[in-house]
Amino acid sequence: MKISIQINEGPYQHQASDTAYQFAKAAIKKGHEIFRVFFYHDGVNNASRFTIPPQDDRNIVNQWAELGIKNANSEPELVVCIAAALRRGMLDESEASKNGIDGNNIHPAFRISGLGQLIEAGIQSDRLVVFGD
Amino acid sequence: MLHTVNKSSFERNSLKSCINIIDDTSVILLIEDGVISATKNINSSMIANLANQGRVYALQGDVEARGISSKLVDNIKLVDYTGFVDLVVEHGTSVSWV
Repeated sequence: MKISIQINEGPYQHQASDTAYQFAKAAIKKGHEIFRVFFYHDGVNNASRFTIPPQDDRNIVNQWAELGIKNANSEPELVVCIAAALRRGMLDESEASKNGIDGNNIHPAFRISGLGQLIEAGIQSDRLVVFGD
Repeated sequence: MLHTVNKSSFERNSLKSCINIIDDTSVILLIEDGVISATKNINSSMIANLANQGRVYALQGDVEARGISSKLVDNIKLVDYTGFVDLVVEHGTSVSWV
């Protein structure tokens, strides 16, 4: 079955990102396809490649990256909402140069795109499960 | 339909709103702080009836993490993450009450 996930909460904020990750891992293990994970609202903070949790703690960003959720064209299907990301200072290389900012922080396993990607995930998937506050 | 509730009934009204609105075929899965509502407490009459119908599930890891395994309302079914995935598959549309 094709399942997509929406995450509305940042890492280490409460529990949503952890629950969503465990859910995604269990779904993949059962042979389901995670079509897309859409990071919305504060959930965009899950895509920062600058997080440095203590060594004995889980690294939520890397956990997501290591799941390797990609489409047939090898593009990441960990999708970050562009409007939510930009207003929180989450930028990829292209958005940084477009806005004249001297750095970027989106992890390469994620990509920035628009809300249309969430709608498309809802249409293309058999199930859409939302996690967040 | 599957309804997930992730906040305690002492923190938000989401469980109450959910129970008031769901149809007879829907089931509820308590996750995160939502599992607090699976314990015997002054609010538990809300879910006791649904639990007796076998329509209330709770995420086992979240129950154990909060040390409330021995205080659960009767007939609440515990599931792991694989069980969560199965509930999503079996019950069609899922609604998240936050």
